[in-house]
Amino acid sequence: MIADPRVAEAFRLLPDYLGGHVLVSMTALALGLGVSFPLAILSMRRPVLRRVLLALASIAQTIPGLALLALFYPLLLALAAVSERVFGASVSALGFLPSVLALALYAMLPVLRNTITGLEGIDPAVAEAARGVGMTPRQSLTMVELPLALPVIMAGIRTAAVWVIGTATLATPIGQTSLGNYIFAGLQTQNWVFVLFGCVAAALLALAVDQLLALMQTGVDRRSQRRLAAGGAGLGLLLAAALMPALSRPGAAYVVGAKPFSEQYVLAALIQQRLADAGLSAGRRDGLGSSVIFEALKNGEIDVYVDYTGTIWANQMKRSDVRPRADVQREVAAWLRQQHGIAVAGEFGFENAYALALSKKRADRLGVRSIADLAHHAPTLTIAGDYEFFGRPEWAALRRAYGLTFRSERTMQAEFMYPAAAAGDVDVIAAYTSDGRVARHELLVLDDPKQAIPPYDAIVLVSPRRANDSALLGALRPLSGAIDVALMRAANLRATGAGASPGDVARWLRGEIARRAGNAK
Amino acid sequence: MTKAAAIAFESVSKSYGDGSRRVLDDISLEVGDGEFRAVVGPSGSGKTTLLRLINRLIDPTEGTVRVGGEDVRSADPIGLRRRIGYVFQGVGLFPHMTVAENIGITPLLLGQEGGAVARRVDELIELVRLDRATHRQRFPHELSGGERQRVGVARALAARPRIVLMDEPFGALDPLTRDALSQDYRALHDSLGLTTVMITHDMLEALLLADRIAVLHEGRLIADGSPDALMADTGNAFVSELMQTPRRQAERLNALKPPR
Repeated sequence: MIADPRVAEAFRLLPDYLGGHVLVSMTALALGLGVSFPLAILSMRRPVLRRVLLALASIAQTIPGLALLALFYPLLLALAAVSERVFGASVSALGFLPSVLALALYAMLPVLRNTITGLEGIDPAVAEAARGVGMTPRQSLTMVELPLALPVIMAGIRTAAVWVIGTATLATPIGQTSLGNYIFAGLQTQNWVFVLFGCVAAALLALAVDQLLALMQTGVDRRSQRRLAAGGAGLGLLLAAALMPALSRPGAAYVVGAKPFSEQYVLAALIQQRLADAGLSAGRRDGLGSSVIFEALKNGEIDVYVDYTGTIWANQMKRSDVRPRADVQREVAAWLRQQHGIAVAGEFGFENAYALALSKKRADRLGVRSIADLAHHAPTLTIAGDYEFFGRPEWAALRRAYGLTFRSERTMQAEFMYPAAAAGDVDVIAAYTSDGRVARHELLVLDDPKQAIPPYDAIVLVSPRRANDSALLGALRPLSGAIDVALMRAANLRATGAGASPGDVARWLRGEIARRAGNAK
Repeated sequence: MTKAAAIAFESVSKSYGDGSRRVLDDISLEVGDGEFRAVVGPSGSGKTTLLRLINRLIDPTEGTVRVGGEDVRSADPIGLRRRIGYVFQGVGLFPHMTVAENIGITPLLLGQEGGAVARRVDELIELVRLDRATHRQRFPHELSGGERQRVGVARALAARPRIVLMDEPFGALDPLTRDALSQDYRALHDSLGLTTVMITHDMLEALLLADRIAVLHEGRLIADGSPDALMADTGNAFVSELMQTPRRQAERLNALKPPR
């Protein structure tokens, strides 16, 4: 397994991912501590405040980490709009800031609870003695109560550190680079080496920080300056080591975004490699959700990403009418330019549309060839789609057009959807037309005679800030029309197979593109 | 009026809640300068409350407490507490501080510089007959009960107070240690010219150590006088009852004496 090229790839990415992870979790921990520690002390003789604080922190704790992180994105988006209007300067709603805020909220409960518990647990006789020898309330707090409560407080800080480091892996979908990048990318591309690598790296980091904090704690307990210094130095060293690569590397000139599925990872890697060839450095923001990534482009937080005309048509333009492929392309490009100043740098030449698919055997048995045929079987069938599908306008359009009503709708990760359809766990899936697994799992893509699903041409979008950047647009031009659906399917199949990272597949794809261009000449 | 008493209670009452729970009821009492005063009474008679009123750990509901003739309500409570030594019930040492740090706490709070505090700590360790080399850097949990209470006394004396308040200081010690420590303290009281108020529930200890004894019962001062006066009949049934015990003990001891 050590010889596996994916391990080498994972190690190559480690400085970047670990640096992002350490930076975001340590900042969040510091912020959480900085807020909850004074609050805990403030609430010491205020039982009502204490109850309210603990209740709020507990509620924050019960919100799943991913949801909490996701909630901060729209919140900050609104905040950014306000600050834009009031101060003329915007804050970034993506990545670092929302992650830090959400994770800091997570860090609050253990710190609050343990600080309060620690201070309440002080022997009243000792507190009385502190008053009796003539300490002011502040002196009593700093000289007697806090030092005595320190072991309990430290235990809370250690819990918070472990929670924050673990939860920070979920910051990837809102655009914060973290060790979660391994996990999310690995899950999308069935690269279990990556998933495992991400988990182990996060666990080791949490363990290391916990042990260093423990060392500092025993240093305080036993009044060993050496232990205290060793723990502090260890933490400092860890922080420096994690941040060094990020700081020493010059900031990338461009940022390429990717949604959380393998085709996007491959295409983002392809664009990144293409820009590197043209002498332009580019960083990555991987695993951004569909609407998050559009907002990020609009606000210039990323510079380039690949989207699909149908997505813009339905989600952004709120259109539900069906138009020919070329018209949609033209209208989308015009709308993006006019409404947001976003440039379309080119289209790859393939579509990745949603399509309803079922196993060939099943289709034969039911005698189903098109969605229209499916309609009267639907009430006895189960359909599965990705996280977005059932909330998208084309699903509504499909149901309206064909009068579809399924027995049940299930949401699942795309990776598991195809095998589930092949195995008969679900009957119909909302597949992607460019996905190589349609063929691999012997699925039949149903015709859409009423053309309820809009065309989904893959197009390269460029942020308003870079819309007239001729160096960038020039570098992207060779990609126009370079990939047909067969090539993309082949690439996607490779990306979901064992052994190849998206970067590897992108290199293979470039080779194929070059070969075809050569043949054409 | 004669010279002001070191400590004076003038019709002092203390109640808790909405006045329903009366812990002290109309106490008037004077402690003379240089006097060793014991306060005795059963548990819940208000002894500790009385002591805490002197350095304003609590304030009275009614009446006035004076220290050195001055109404304590006009004094800054923090400064007052630093001027008055206090030996706490149990021990009350700070468990995370060494013997030296515990003893030096009040001088430190008063802003004395490190060298002066260290010298004072050494003096006090000698004064309470502990060993500088073995005890100075120890933590309270590493000491015996008697050693701990010696540290408690040293801490109370550290800022050279004129007044020392003691809340059952020797209650938890074995009889030998207790006797040695109380004799040592009485000697310090005399040599340093202190005014001491000591709470105890042990009548014998009070009779042997104190110049005067105040007897509290259910929040009321029911007797106040020299040991001799209290041993003589006060006419109060409860006081007579209290005096019975040490007297009987003395008689039994005498009876045990081997005939010469």
